Amino acid sequence: MRRAIPAPKVKLLFKDIEHLLRLAAVMLIAVVAFVVLRAAVVPKSFGQYGHYRGDAIAEVAARPVAHAGHEVCEGCHTDVVDQKKLGRHAGLHCEVCHGPQARHADDPASIKPPLPDTGVICARCHEANSAKPRSFPQVASADHSGGLACNTCHQPHRPKIQDQAKPATGAKR
Amino acid sequence: MQIPVQGFMYPNEVELQWSVLIVLYPFITGLVAGAFILASLERVFRVEAVKPTYRLALLTALSFLLVAPLPLQLHLGHPERSLEMYLTPHRSSAMAMFGFVYLWYLMAVLLLEIWLDYRCDIVVKSKTEKGLPRLIYKILTLGSDVLTERSLRIDERLGYFITLIGIPSAFLLHGYVGFIFGSVKANRWWSSPLMPIVFIFSAMVSGIAAVMLLYMLSSRLRRQQIDIRCLDKIAQDLMYTFIIDFSLEMLDLLQRIYEADESFRSLDFMVHTRLWTSQVIVQILLGTLTPIALLGLTQLFSFTDSVRKRIYALAGCLTVIGIFAMRWNVVIGGQLFSKSFLGYTSYKMGFATREGLLTAIILMILPFIILWILVKILPPWTDAESISASEEIPVHAAS
Repeated sequence: MRRAIPAPKVKLLFKDIEHLLRLAAVMLIAVVAFVVLRAAVVPKSFGQYGHYRGDAIAEVAARPVAHAGHEVCEGCHTDVVDQKKLGRHAGLHCEVCHGPQARHADDPASIKPPLPDTGVICARCHEANSAKPRSFPQVASADHSGGLACNTCHQPHRPKIQDQAKPATGAKR
Repeated sequence: MQIPVQGFMYPNEVELQWSVLIVLYPFITGLVAGAFILASLERVFRVEAVKPTYRLALLTALSFLLVAPLPLQLHLGHPERSLEMYLTPHRSSAMAMFGFVYLWYLMAVLLLEIWLDYRCDIVVKSKTEKGLPRLIYKILTLGSDVLTERSLRIDERLGYFITLIGIPSAFLLHGYVGFIFGSVKANRWWSSPLMPIVFIFSAMVSGIAAVMLLYMLSSRLRRQQIDIRCLDKIAQDLMYTFIIDFSLEMLDLLQRIYEADESFRSLDFMVHTRLWTSQVIVQILLGTLTPIALLGLTQLFSFTDSVRKRIYALAGCLTVIGIFAMRWNVVIGGQLFSKSFLGYTSYKMGFATREGLLTAIILMILPFIILWILVKILPPWTDAESISASEEIPVHAAS
């Protein structure tokens, strides 16, 4: 037969650990608050595919296309293609310097892209930096051009000055 | 701003991504773990001599722990998103583990232990204080003013159990910080299985030194006599821990020198040039060998109490500076050389910027302000303790 614990003893034990029960309640509230906060703050699709927001993929895919792609540019600007393929910039696609041009490609008549500022755009690649391989053409632009825009002397589509004297249709040596 | 580069750097290495704030993060968590381990010494291993610093060490750990994530959040930017590092902890990366490690240590260890230890004082103060302090203490009692002998015994047992869990947790906290660096296998300056262990021991060194200095400073501010027996014991522990820490670092160094892998010449050059002052002069000579020698002197020769106090204060300050230099050399040093081992960059620290010197200084002052507030609310000492401290007979001369 089971002996029942006298009621006062249980009451006494409860009194002695009352503060701990209250502490446990506070901790439980903290855990619940954490879970609720997490549910409220963390996006629903978080973790759908990995440790990131799943919806981000669809959102990025839904953004309008900004770049036209060099094939589209080359469809119209054949003269530039002829110039470019003879120089060192042959492998450089149009939008690297001219920026995203999908809107211009869609409506060439009304959307005219501004010409890039060669003083800024050329320096992005050609400003001297010891991190670049020695064989890569690079200059300290302040000393090299004295503030002049690069296209004063260089034709960006065929940048080597000696090459510019040759006809665009001539074979590259 | 042109960053001076020597030799060949890959373009993404020229500018350092981890700034002085990332130096502060391991430094501050180290102080937390070290201060807690010192407090645990008294509780678990019954080292009675360090009892006067027990509560101060716990409050120091808490005030630094509250500030520990701030450098990370400032570094991350995006205050609207940086909070998510607590809410989306994940096992997939060491950095995403932060939420687990931090919240466990703060909520399950430190706050609980402090509350249980101070509960008796809180209940008494909730009845004796007036006005706003009374309300604060009332809230802290959680509505229970039970102070029976049995309830206090239960608190003591539970506190002991939490300290037992707390020691591996403190090791986990700082071992984790070391692991973040040690596990970056692409970086030869960091990648080492010894890194977490070196971090733990250096954390203990800096935490013990910081609590020792804070104990001396607080006693002076309170115009109370320092318990020299306690100070002797802390200094002794500091010296032993420091010797282990230094031995581990030297072991790592010897291993690297003997292995002499493809990174060695590059790293060796870096230590002899860009890190010469911060590593060899500040960290090793001033911040490690000098304090060990000073502490060793106090073990070998008998000095008067006042001379010992001065030696301990000097050794403590040099130790904290040395450990800060160690964090600097790990974090900044690991980004100064190229992964190609052919070039070196420089670190330019801003001043009044989000990750500048001023921010770092404010972040280092903040824990002391929090500690001051905590000490006001939860005084770590009683008047009786101070009196008994002044009556202690210095036993050092006999040892």
